[in-house]
Amino acid sequence: MQNTSMSSLEADVLVIGGGSTGAGVARDAALRGFSTILVERRDLADGTTGRFHGLLHSGGRYAVKDPSAARECIAENRILRVTAADCIEDTGGMFVSTPWDDPEYGDQFLEGCRATGVPAEEIPVAEALRREPRVNPGIRRAFLVPDASLDPWKLVWGCARSAEEHGARILPYHRVLDLEVDGERVVGAHIRNQRSGEEFRIHATVVINAAGAWAGQIAELAHCRVNVRAGMGLMIAMNHRLVQMCVNRCKRPADGDILLPLRTACVIGTTDVFVPDPDETEIRQADIDLLLDEGEKLVPGFRQARALHAWAGVRPLFEDTAAVAETRDVTRSHALLDHSSREGVAGFLTITGGKTTTFRLMAEAAVDAACQQLGGLRPCTTAEVALAGSESHVPYRIGNRLAAREPLPQAEEIICECELITRSMLEETIRERDTTSLDDIRRVLRLAMGPCQGGFCIYRATGILHQGGKVDQADANRGLLDFLEERWKGIHPILHGDQLRQARLDDWIFQGILDVEHLPA
Amino acid sequence: MNDFIRDSLDHCVKCTICETYCPVSQVTPMFPGPKYAGPQAERYRGAGKSVDSSVDYCSGCGICTQVCPQDVKIAEINSRARAKLWEQRGVPLRNQMIARPTVIGRLGTPVAPLANWALHNRAVRGIVQSIVGIHRDAPMPSFAGKTFQKRSRNHRGPSDAPAVVYFHGCGTNYYEPLVGEMVVAVLEHNGFRVIVPEQDCCGLPLQSNGNFPAARTYVRRLVDRLVPHARAGLPIVSNSTSCGLMLKREAHEILGIEDEDLKIVSESMYDLCEFLLRLHERGQLRTDFGSLPLTVPYHAPCQQRGHGIGKPALDLLALVPDLHMIELDVDCCGIAGTYGLKKEKYEISMAVGKRLFSDIAATGSELAACDSETCRWQIAHGAGVTAVHPIELLYRAYGLDRQGQRDLVTTGTQPARVSG
Repeated sequence: MQNTSMSSLEADVLVIGGGSTGAGVARDAALRGFSTILVERRDLADGTTGRFHGLLHSGGRYAVKDPSAARECIAENRILRVTAADCIEDTGGMFVSTPWDDPEYGDQFLEGCRATGVPAEEIPVAEALRREPRVNPGIRRAFLVPDASLDPWKLVWGCARSAEEHGARILPYHRVLDLEVDGERVVGAHIRNQRSGEEFRIHATVVINAAGAWAGQIAELAHCRVNVRAGMGLMIAMNHRLVQMCVNRCKRPADGDILLPLRTACVIGTTDVFVPDPDETEIRQADIDLLLDEGEKLVPGFRQARALHAWAGVRPLFEDTAAVAETRDVTRSHALLDHSSREGVAGFLTITGGKTTTFRLMAEAAVDAACQQLGGLRPCTTAEVALAGSESHVPYRIGNRLAAREPLPQAEEIICECELITRSMLEETIRERDTTSLDDIRRVLRLAMGPCQGGFCIYRATGILHQGGKVDQADANRGLLDFLEERWKGIHPILHGDQLRQARLDDWIFQGILDVEHLPA
Repeated sequence: MNDFIRDSLDHCVKCTICETYCPVSQVTPMFPGPKYAGPQAERYRGAGKSVDSSVDYCSGCGICTQVCPQDVKIAEINSRARAKLWEQRGVPLRNQMIARPTVIGRLGTPVAPLANWALHNRAVRGIVQSIVGIHRDAPMPSFAGKTFQKRSRNHRGPSDAPAVVYFHGCGTNYYEPLVGEMVVAVLEHNGFRVIVPEQDCCGLPLQSNGNFPAARTYVRRLVDRLVPHARAGLPIVSNSTSCGLMLKREAHEILGIEDEDLKIVSESMYDLCEFLLRLHERGQLRTDFGSLPLTVPYHAPCQQRGHGIGKPALDLLALVPDLHMIELDVDCCGIAGTYGLKKEKYEISMAVGKRLFSDIAATGSELAACDSETCRWQIAHGAGVTAVHPIELLYRAYGLDRQGQRDLVTTGTQPARVSG
């Protein structure tokens, strides 16, 4: 802050954090006509949002023990189906009482759903098994709810593009080094462009801390206290859809009780463990085993199915009072903190807690509060206006990419065979995202997220990236190796059966043919 | 419930071996290839509408499944995807028609001369192509007029010999009854009593045209006819490679029939040459072959790979003095049952068969041998040679054609002579 020659930007609203909450806030503020800048230390949706299981909650999961969260979920669920249609696949959801679950809980569940307005309907077991033939035939009860599958990356990028269309600046790979406090007021932030190393200031009337599990770290920069704890959740993606609906165990929320289709894969989740540092997530073998065992209860034969990848995300769990022992007992509703009333620091808000399903509501609450410091309330329109990409209100369908290749599937070269990514899709994304990172491209296109986990597409994509001229040979080679190393973190914990064979073949390609660790750098 | 066909996609390591073997994707951009249409596309097939009609360009030859080192049921995945596609869109009339050989056979047999004239008349075929969608040049067999079933009714074989059940299939019944008589003669020569139960289509053409419910009805009906014999411990032999495979595996694996009767029948099924070779291995095959000084190229039909029996015809024919068989190494002739009959697929089917045809021509022989009837019709059409079932060569080597069995010389399919 001593450097007075530093360039600076001005905005009404500075949003810190590029997850669903931050992107939602930026979009909301931009739609209300505020000049808005969003900064994110890494790529958009690289934190919690991009690492969650992808369930668009109906509210059923919270109907019994967290009724206010359930009400929020069903309301937002209805809104997002219209405004974020392209990010959502209407799979439907089913709660089932397996032989390990008390069938009586179904009554509480139905009652909770009724009380919170979550549509739930009990169906005969035979009908449930007809719809989901692989679900444990020993289930005793089954209930339909309007759960759906949500693509978090599309959601965040849809918000970001909407925000940009309304004049906002979205700055991924920009880290907040410090907050600028002038007396009793936050007036801006000191930013570093993580790629160029350039540092500059952003002056803003209101700074909104939407850093999720990292919100405490940001608040400290203004000497404010936000007690948000990181609840780590583990997920495993399976190679294909073992279920076509979001299948939940009908019991109090616990570990490994959700199995849902997400794009071409299906995901089992999750666990919940406090971690001291949201950047330090370690995948433990015991948790992998736990998820696979729970999967086996939902879908017999689960352990024989091919696991693709394991990863952990951290939930931001806001605690305002005394510590609680179990993270699942922390409310999943969000928290909006106005630091002027809490610590006497004006121009600074924190929005945290909550969940991706309610991100829009969180953004609305945060921008409503910001309006008070920006000269009066302007109405929120995010419940009506569609996200960029969802203007036609056509929901996503699993077969979209397959349909796009018809009627001549051989007409264009396919780079990522598992996720059906053509050369032109890849080249367009490289251009549009203005990125040289394979991982950024992965998040937009799902590059290398299929069964071979990059074995066949990543060397192709690296070549295309290099051909584009933005990456020299050394960087291309380093980028390839970095990507493989990053992917490996999620592969080695689940390495058995079919995925082990794949890893062996991939290893022959990268070590045997390409000698990837000794490429000229 | 586990779905082992779909689940087998998990084994795919994307090695691409299947793609390098697929005869169809190499000659047309309409079919994306087995890896794409099978384990890759299957991940995109959810509960909703079928979106990839390109899977209909899979000919169903089954080579992909056979060459897959990871045991992915590629052809079976494709077959099911095709069935779902047609279930949703409705099987076209043309496909319903050509998939019912017994219906066609019953219609054509009483009016065989007229039907044969029409089948080989250029003008008629042109009209058929434009109205029905069967390609005017596609190979068509000729109705025999008198079915094998009818012919065999008057046949008196030995009464006290061990019995074997003969599943002759529709091709033998309506078009090539003489082949059926040779099968019976060879089996009787080896000391068997041949039982020819009444029988109908196995449902395979319906399966490959995506009408699974009708295919199941046919195969169950056939199983009902065969199962009493199978339960009595009798072996069942078939000279139709693909129909035999239907009973052996596909009715269960593709149509998903879980049935004790089917299981017993499938365990009793033998391909004709497989059966004869097993006899030989036990020292029970008569080897009183006379000299047959011929050089004959041999094509093993792709469906035979599905039997997992190697090429028993070649082992058998190696026993015949002076008979020189040339083993062709082309995988597919292109016809794939009814695939090559279709207007939009005929050219593909001929392109697939091109190398086979030229390899046959290169041998200079006017005769070729192949176990499967539709492949023989395609070979005769494409290579311009007479195509025979291996049983005919054995029959002649045994000298059975000189033992009072009339008019059985060269029954093989002649090259099509289209008139008009």
